[in-house]
Amino acid sequence: MSRVLVPCHVKGTVALQVGDVRTAQGRPGVLVIDVTFPCVAPFELQEITFKNYYTAFLSIRVRQYTSIHTQAKWVTCLRDHCLMPDPHSEEGAQEYVSLSKHQMLCDVGRVLELRLILRQPSPLWLSFTVEELQVYQQGAKSPSMTFPKWLSHPAPCEQPAPLVEGFPDPSKVSSEVQQMWALTEMVRASRTSRRIGRFDVDGCYDLNLLSYT
Amino acid sequence: MWQEESDLSLSIAQMVQKLKGSNLYAQLERQAWASLQRTDIKLESLKEDIKRFFKTSGWEKKLQNAVYSELSVFPLPINPAVPPEHLKEPLVYMRKAQGSWEKRILKSLNSMCTELSIPLARKRPIGEQKELLNKWNEMGTDEPDLSHFRPVYAPKDFLEVLINLRNPNYENGDSLGFRTHLGLIQVPLKVKDIPELKELFVELGLTTGQLGIDDSTQVPPELFENEHVRIGQKVLVEQDSAAAQQYVRQGSPTALRAELWALILNISSQPEDILYYEQLKTNVIQHDLLVDSLIYKDVKLTASNDDYYFVFEDYLYQVLLCFSRDTSVLSHFAYNSASPPRSYIRGKLGIEEYAVFYPPNGVIPFHGFSMYVAPLCFLYNEPSKLYQIFREMYVRFFFRLHSISSHPSGIVSLCLLFETLLQTYLPQLFYHLREIGAQPLRISFKWMVRAFSGYLATDQLLLLWDRILGYNSLEILAVLAAAVFAFRAVNLMEVTSLAAAEAVLADLSTLKVMPLLQIFLFATVT
Repeated sequence: MSRVLVPCHVKGTVALQVGDVRTAQGRPGVLVIDVTFPCVAPFELQEITFKNYYTAFLSIRVRQYTSIHTQAKWVTCLRDHCLMPDPHSEEGAQEYVSLSKHQMLCDVGRVLELRLILRQPSPLWLSFTVEELQVYQQGAKSPSMTFPKWLSHPAPCEQPAPLVEGFPDPSKVSSEVQQMWALTEMVRASRTSRRIGRFDVDGCYDLNLLSYT
Repeated sequence: MWQEESDLSLSIAQMVQKLKGSNLYAQLERQAWASLQRTDIKLESLKEDIKRFFKTSGWEKKLQNAVYSELSVFPLPINPAVPPEHLKEPLVYMRKAQGSWEKRILKSLNSMCTELSIPLARKRPIGEQKELLNKWNEMGTDEPDLSHFRPVYAPKDFLEVLINLRNPNYENGDSLGFRTHLGLIQVPLKVKDIPELKELFVELGLTTGQLGIDDSTQVPPELFENEHVRIGQKVLVEQDSAAAQQYVRQGSPTALRAELWALILNISSQPEDILYYEQLKTNVIQHDLLVDSLIYKDVKLTASNDDYYFVFEDYLYQVLLCFSRDTSVLSHFAYNSASPPRSYIRGKLGIEEYAVFYPPNGVIPFHGFSMYVAPLCFLYNEPSKLYQIFREMYVRFFFRLHSISSHPSGIVSLCLLFETLLQTYLPQLFYHLREIGAQPLRISFKWMVRAFSGYLATDQLLLLWDRILGYNSLEILAVLAAAVFAFRAVNLMEVTSLAAAEAVLADLSTLKVMPLLQIFLFATVT
């Protein structure tokens, strides 16, 4: 399933907290990250990938384009997706997560904006967020590459040079060489991951000290 | 569901990739070619006929065993977006801690090297090579001067590193919170509690027969033992790894244990394996490594002094010296948080073509390392098979006991599991020991790091290792450690110092492992 990265602008996280952020004792348990897509038309969301950092639950809302006349609406497409089964312990805390459109609650076509709502109810963690956020849309079904002109309009065949006496037929040699090349490509492609087992370099294992890097 | 299907196809693709480089793949190819001679293979239905042939000739079972073996070591699918260091260890701060610990070990080895003016590796002169070849089966008679060598580290040094392990994103404040860890380990890993352990170790329950309990002399063998042995023989005939793994959860009869363990670890002694071992032996003869002296010293200090294992001293050298030269062990570093130490050929510092790993298998032995091999000597007397079994046990289980990782079978999780079990189910004992300055982990750590080898009687140890293989997890070590403390709780409540507590728990050789585990998990009133 091909997918194409959509360039996005991830705004800074906004903490949601009751009361004054500066004077309140506890740390915020809810963060909101807005993701906009400047210069991109409304697209169909295929996949979202990110690296978790101590977020326990994730909700995602999308703002979808309906038509020119009606206002774009916010819809929840993922509700309280659990990233950490036990919010107080490390399980799932730094995992790589991939969410596909099949896991979403609603149709995610014509996306204008994304909003990620992160929740971490445990007071034990100093901070939490998601990193390396990437949004993908459906890639084209077949690659639409343009070929250079000379490839799609080959030049007419040139007259081959006359055969020189005593030398083998060039077309026969070239076909044999082609076959050998194809064989070596096959062998190279089916290379095993098996190590040879040599630990020395050309029979020499005379070492300096162990290196720290 | 779409996600499950795509996971399955990814798993299959990754599994095929893994198995492509193996012996089994080559053998299956050869068998497929050879089967074309058979009359029941028709060209029209070639694929189906060959598949049927594999099923009936037992090759499908071998393939099943290989797939099961790979999945036991590392679950699939692996998310392709994940970088390799994340597979080694997902938590960044643990990776960093492991890196610093390794640096310390390297510094220690380097300083030993320069102080004693002994090279890390040297090619043996021909005379010395011949001498070693003659003495190969009795290397224990050698008495080299090892007084200047000291082990690179001991388990208690490693414990200090684990005690200082901190998550920078964790609230490590001084004030007592609802999750303050009163033990030594201060990282919030997820560990199981007794209800979850009861679910995991359900075959150890009171109503299920066990070897180690229901084969004692008072119990008539018709009740359990005879039937269990009969099932074991059937499992061996079927040659099914998964069935063998399920079977040994109730213990393995002594006569069948060697074959059952080989089946679970998917070890079959092919001529290639024997040749490989001989090649390693040649490597030992040609090159002398500094690590060899560390191995000698370790064997002399630990196994040679042990009443049960001193007879196997020569075997231990034959296995451990070859183990150090085995580059196939390097592949386990893909899922081990540790990394193999590197060095350069003399005079070519920094040039990548002359970079090598030292020792060739990347594992630096520590004090007590040889005790991982010693119990296996009771099961296998053929050096190449003994070697293969040990190598497989190491890359599946033992490596987790001396590297810093968040894996549920890693030593950090085992320590935390032990402390949590003790604190939750024996709070008075835990509190008392803490008050007298005898943190329980300080006593039980050495048991767990060695997987109880050298502390329990051999027959009991083998019953314990049956369950490690059966459940594919080392968590049972932490449960046993807690069960031992529970058993000696009355005496421990009366001690007033760490030394006295150590004395109460110094001798575990009379303990019976299975009753202790059963009582702790299933029969303790909480």
